[in-house]
Amino acid sequence: MSAGHEEGIEKVLGNSVLLTKLDEIIGWGRKYSFFLYPFVTACCGMEFMSLAGPRYDLDRFGSALPRFSPRQADLLMVVGTISHKQAPILVKVYNQMTEPKWVFSFGVCATSGGFYDNYATVQGIDTLIPVDVYVPGCPPRPEMVIDGLLRLQQKVAKERWSDWPRGEAPVTKK
Amino acid sequence: MSVLVKKLITDTNTVFNMSEYIPVLIMLLLGAGTAAGILVATTFIGPKKEFADKMEPFECGEHPIVSPKLRFSVKFYLVAIFFVIFDIEVVFLYPWAVLFKRLGIFGFIEMMLFIVILAIGLIYVWKRGALEWE
Repeated sequence: MSAGHEEGIEKVLGNSVLLTKLDEIIGWGRKYSFFLYPFVTACCGMEFMSLAGPRYDLDRFGSALPRFSPRQADLLMVVGTISHKQAPILVKVYNQMTEPKWVFSFGVCATSGGFYDNYATVQGIDTLIPVDVYVPGCPPRPEMVIDGLLRLQQKVAKERWSDWPRGEAPVTKK
Repeated sequence: MSVLVKKLITDTNTVFNMSEYIPVLIMLLLGAGTAAGILVATTFIGPKKEFADKMEPFECGEHPIVSPKLRFSVKFYLVAIFFVIFDIEVVFLYPWAVLFKRLGIFGFIEMMLFIVILAIGLIYVWKRGALEWE
């Protein structure tokens, strides 16, 4: 992120080794402790269940506990088709999550609307909220989701202080 | 440091013999220190952002339509209290039932006394109309 956008401790420490090392430690901690908010709206939910279950076992990657309150979650798993009726709810849940927060687009419907190329369906959740990882597929294989999660972990590990806070979704109604 | 601790231990030994509780004290201090440390650390390193939409109560993604601070009838309080009283009565009956033979006639009379006292209470609240909802 650009300079002049710095907040909090970064303002004091700047680009010093201390801060970059601290960023590394915090990123390392964050990437192995995702708390999911499962926003499950459609059939991809079945794949999500098998992922969370013992066979694919998301717990191995540190993202074990689904939290059903956005206050306790930091990874929004958007699993399935988002209709326009559902869109304000998704935006609100995203807004009410505490920072730092990441968004995982699970399946092709969440990513681009998929084959629901019609008036009722949101053509990709990135028209509403910022998305960190897209995993297409109808539904995606659990291995694909795990690959996406590992890539998200790599992204989180590289994040700097100035990437946060990210704030409200751009489409939030005032 | 260790001299101080030893002195503390011998001092407490002479008075209360509390030395075996020192690990508990250390455990408590460590626990409190960890909790406080995490709170302080997250205050400094956690990113925060406040805006109206986020600060609303969470209602599964919907706008809250009524205030959660509703008033409700005081009658619920009475019912809850009666429930607790007679629930406790039943809770006491279970161990009596388990030890029924060992306690014998003495236990039987004691429990009957207990039940009669509560039954008088039940008749009282009944006659006072506390069980009526109107």
